[in-house]
Amino acid sequence: MPKGKDSSNANDSRFFTTQKKGELHELRMELHATEKQVKVDAVKKVIASMTVGKDVSSLFTDVLNCVQTGNIELKKLVYLYLINYAKTQPELTLLAVNTFVKDSNDPNPLIRALAVRTMGCIRVDRITEYLCEPLGRALRDEDPYVRKTAAVCVAKLYDIAPDLVAERGFLETLHDLISDSNPSVVANAVAALSEIAEASGKDVMKISAAVLQKLLAALNECTEWGQVFILDSLAKYTPADGREAEGIIERVTPRLQHANSAVVMSAVKVILSYMELMGSSNSDAIRALTRKLAPPLVTLLNSEPEIQYVALRNINLIVQKRPHILENEIKVFFCKYNDPIYVKMEKLEIIIKLVSEKNIDQVLLELKEYSTEVDVDFVRKAVSAIGRCAVKLERAAERCIGVLLELIQTKVNYVVQESVIVIKDIFRRYPNRYESIIATLCDNLDTLDEPLARASMIWIIGEYAERIDNADELLDTFLETFEEEDPAVQLQLLTATVKCFLKNPEDTQDMVQRVLDLATEESDNPDLRDRGFIYWRLLSTDPEAAKMVVLGDKPVIEDDIFKLDPSLLNSLIGQIATLSSVYHKPPDAFVVRRAAGTGLGGDEDDDEDDYEAENDVGGEDLLDIGGMGISDGGLYEPKAPMNKVVGPEKSNGIEVHAGFRQLNGTIRLEMDIQNISSQASVHGLAIQLNKNSFGLSPASQQIVCNPPIPTGGSGSAAVELVVTPSMLAPMPPGQPANPQVQVAIKNMATGNVFYFAVIFNLDALFSQDGTMERSAFIETWKSIDDRNELYGTVSDLPPSNVDIESVINKFKGYNCFFIARRPVPNAEGQEVVYFSMRTVTNMEFLAELTFKQGVNATKICLKTEKAAYAPLAKAALESMLRA
Amino acid sequence: MVASAVFVTDLQGKAIISRDYRGDVPLARAIDQFQNYLANVDEEAKKPVFHIDSNGEISVGEEVGANGVGGEHFVYVAHQNVYLCAVTTKNSNVALILTFLFRLAQVFKDYFGSLEEESIRDNFVVIYELLDETMDHGMPQSLDSNILRTFITQDANRMAENSNSKPPVALTNAVSWRAEGIKHKKNEIFLDVVEKLNLLVAANGSVLHSEINGAVKMRSFLSGMPELKLGLNDKLMFEATGRSNQAKGKSVELEDIKFHQCVRLARFENDRTISFIPPDGEFDLMTYRLNTQVKPLIWVEAVVEPHKGSRIEYMIKTRSNFKSRSVANNVEIIIPVPPDVDSPSFKSSVGSVTYLPDKDAIVWNIKQFHGGREYLMRAHFGLPSISRRDDADDGKKKGENSWKAPIRVKFEIPYFTVSGIQVRYLKIIEKSGYQALPWVRYITAHGDYQLRMA
Repeated sequence: MPKGKDSSNANDSRFFTTQKKGELHELRMELHATEKQVKVDAVKKVIASMTVGKDVSSLFTDVLNCVQTGNIELKKLVYLYLINYAKTQPELTLLAVNTFVKDSNDPNPLIRALAVRTMGCIRVDRITEYLCEPLGRALRDEDPYVRKTAAVCVAKLYDIAPDLVAERGFLETLHDLISDSNPSVVANAVAALSEIAEASGKDVMKISAAVLQKLLAALNECTEWGQVFILDSLAKYTPADGREAEGIIERVTPRLQHANSAVVMSAVKVILSYMELMGSSNSDAIRALTRKLAPPLVTLLNSEPEIQYVALRNINLIVQKRPHILENEIKVFFCKYNDPIYVKMEKLEIIIKLVSEKNIDQVLLELKEYSTEVDVDFVRKAVSAIGRCAVKLERAAERCIGVLLELIQTKVNYVVQESVIVIKDIFRRYPNRYESIIATLCDNLDTLDEPLARASMIWIIGEYAERIDNADELLDTFLETFEEEDPAVQLQLLTATVKCFLKNPEDTQDMVQRVLDLATEESDNPDLRDRGFIYWRLLSTDPEAAKMVVLGDKPVIEDDIFKLDPSLLNSLIGQIATLSSVYHKPPDAFVVRRAAGTGLGGDEDDDEDDYEAENDVGGEDLLDIGGMGISDGGLYEPKAPMNKVVGPEKSNGIEVHAGFRQLNGTIRLEMDIQNISSQASVHGLAIQLNKNSFGLSPASQQIVCNPPIPTGGSGSAAVELVVTPSMLAPMPPGQPANPQVQVAIKNMATGNVFYFAVIFNLDALFSQDGTMERSAFIETWKSIDDRNELYGTVSDLPPSNVDIESVINKFKGYNCFFIARRPVPNAEGQEVVYFSMRTVTNMEFLAELTFKQGVNATKICLKTEKAAYAPLAKAALESMLRA
Repeated sequence: MVASAVFVTDLQGKAIISRDYRGDVPLARAIDQFQNYLANVDEEAKKPVFHIDSNGEISVGEEVGANGVGGEHFVYVAHQNVYLCAVTTKNSNVALILTFLFRLAQVFKDYFGSLEEESIRDNFVVIYELLDETMDHGMPQSLDSNILRTFITQDANRMAENSNSKPPVALTNAVSWRAEGIKHKKNEIFLDVVEKLNLLVAANGSVLHSEINGAVKMRSFLSGMPELKLGLNDKLMFEATGRSNQAKGKSVELEDIKFHQCVRLARFENDRTISFIPPDGEFDLMTYRLNTQVKPLIWVEAVVEPHKGSRIEYMIKTRSNFKSRSVANNVEIIIPVPPDVDSPSFKSSVGSVTYLPDKDAIVWNIKQFHGGREYLMRAHFGLPSISRRDDADDGKKKGENSWKAPIRVKFEIPYFTVSGIQVRYLKIIEKSGYQALPWVRYITAHGDYQLRMA
């Protein structure tokens, strides 16, 4: 549809003009035209074809030919084309390398950035080799626009070739960019590092005290998007203690006033995650924060519906975690007629969570209003909500039932059915209290055509058979269609008939026989047959026992169907604003975890262990940005100090020895398992940790024992642990940290659960970047108050363990880094050695070890700001010395 | 925090333009899947965030992950007759993606006047450039159209060698929303304080929820890099500066305030000072929310008398609850009626009434509604003798209830704010020392204003 306008017209739609046969040939001619305008138009036509999905890859060289131009617009178009078709033409793409390299040196920063940005998007392995040079330059470019583009490009490169990133020290450079003077550069560096951390599963982001200050400063200056990057990385950081947490919260709180909902939600995430650490002693501060959080959360409901939806899914988590925040705001969750259905459904869920005796009357009026609306799903959920209110609030149950009865009178089919279903739950919750309404329910028997409603009604009839005059007749009518019923209805029918028989044996003998026959002989459903046979046996051998079983007390039900498990809830609070928070599922449940190190050289393994092995062989730690290559082959590898933690008497026949250690940057709980007398082979375990002083939690709850451990056999298993703020146990101030980590294990083979505690050895937490500049060490050493010093002597060491050289080497294996050594003046044969350690949670420890020739003992002097953990660090040093 | 790709489709899900940022999602397939979702998922089951696993199964909410890991997650927003959709494979920040999509739509609107299929096709070259600049590797970058315009232009004649253009400083600066060297002949700034009243009234006449959503909108035409300070009669600010007595009775307590990114939030948190360097042109400086119970400014009562199979009658009474010197302009009272009514007739003491069959509603227009007045209107319709009763059960239910939607009211009252908020001063300091005058207007209008019918 040519518009017939002059070609200088800005309207691009003319490029979509459908062309006939030979169009490619024609285009090719135009691409090689000498006249610039023709050339530009030709490229636009190519891009237009690409846009509508036509394959124009055959013009690759011709388009590429146009790249040598000073016209940015044209250059951008050619680059766009390259990004799209590079994968199909990897060989030809290499022809563009020269242009990229040339452009990355262009005097115009826009072009320099464009070249680097585009090169990063071309996911052709061989291009990456050429990318490194320009990228290295761009990261140090004088123009911040180029630097910020380059920062993101490192993340792109890591995606394709992680080892190149390590080799070139780009991670280190990224880390330096956190201190850049330009806020946008800082934000993009943070974003890139966070992403690499997520992709690799390693803590490459590493927030130290200095970095933390940079981030908080940048938070005030960078763009709204950058603020989200920074807040999200703060949410993953674990403050060392309540005081630090409170300090950061104070700096983050102003973000709640930001117009951008994403900034607000990420700020809420940081605040809620850190609040956990503030401890109960600080209840005033917590109350004040709680008050501050409510208004911004309510305001989110004034955003676009899509954002409301995400906000509501998150508020659902927040009201479970901290119900006080929104306890007085139930009205803002009342549904508007024109709310989209997905918003209404989520609002209802929150109304039920916030309902209380104070507001129940108003809530019931609302729910009644909703149950006359048009949308069937919403109406049903509203009706069901009335029942859930009754189950939740005992004193309001009667009023709820009143409303349900009114609704049943409307005779609207699905309203009646849903009412019956929830009334069954109310009956279960409050037995023998509201049977008076059964008559009304029975009047509506023939309108029930949904399995769940029929099953519920049948349950009620069976349960109250003695109060319903014609219970047997009612059941009989259902029996006529027994074979056509849904399995759920059949099961209920079977049980109800048996109940009826036990209560009134004379009149129902025939009926029970019939239903037992139907269940055991006519049905193919194993559940139904099993249940039938059980009843049959019970009834024929011991009717009294049958009564006890069938008519026994039932467990009380609560409205907890939609409540999340506390540990899941905690971890989801740390995921606010992400997909995970919308799905109410941990990320592991839906995201493929990608091991780093895939993609090059054919090592396409996604197995974590293989990755580690490969790392060892390569003799180089990809992520060791501290420059501490572990290339010296004789590196000491620490062993986990294994102790017996549980014997067969407590665990149904399994003995476990357990200990912690760090392996290639991951913290592991290692277990030696002996199956002494458990009958089944141990093939899998599920593990859970209690909150502990270190914030440790298992990366995955499943442990597979491969091969399975038969009775009498033994094997070992290791659990990878991660550190999350939500798992930190609150610590009473002034008390030393509790070294115990409490573990619960479930043996999947037997379903048996057992508990034990393992003493945590702090060295497993020492991070690979714990080394320090000598000057920084001296400064820190001086800055720490003498009161925070801890002394001790380790004696009776074997002679080989006091050889300073080997101690230094061994300690390095523990991520305890040698700083300096010097002879003690005026003390012949004495030498002091200094070490630094930093935990992955950013606690720093400095140690001074004094050795004396010929004496098999060492004096330790330990300095740290984290006094609570000092004894643990000392204990760790001691066991390291003895190892 | 990442989007793998972003695409724009028409209402059927046919792609208009797309951009693949990370290469980890087969884009063509993803677009097909999105189209499939639009076509095959029930309208009522649709949610703005959903997941399609590697077998092509669609899931939302808690169902996600039931079939193991993997697959793609879709996040989309509707905008007039197009959808903007982002795809990701990671546990991305959805709030970030959504705000990005909305802002991207805004950028397109700023550039092309409207965002629809035609305007995208007409400008695809610029759109590709914008997609390249607004997001990199799935991370949002710069979405300020004022700044983007300084180096991505729609000029028809920009074919000239333009290698001299440089990235504007604002692109990376702390002040990322204002270019340097802006010049206006006349230095002026216009402030509109606009308050929208959200109201939800139950069928029994009790106010369920009333809320004021205010906004301070600015149109700034100031040269250079002006430093502005806005003073409001904010109660907490008076308290913070120890002047609570001085302003007694005249101050307003704002429940929640949201600021444009130009406002220094840390400063505000500190002493409630609103200080900022404004962007050039139009922007919302701040929005605020008050939950105080306010009198429904325009009250409507409806008495409906349906006579099945013959006719239905409405008696509508409306009253203005504000001072008589104020006037509400262009008042529209929208009353839903059953879908199958015929032969309408109206009688009203003021204004005009129209029946809108396509909306199943009547609209009562009152051009000028003075404070403290009350008006009546009667409407009469015929009803067909055969109703929808013969339809299936669900259909019958819908037919019977759709006209029970709430009454809505639209209005505008100038020179008046419900909250009583006032601009006390707007200080403008620029190093060149020019004088600039602020112009302030107040207006109150309807927000989400609904009264349920009995």
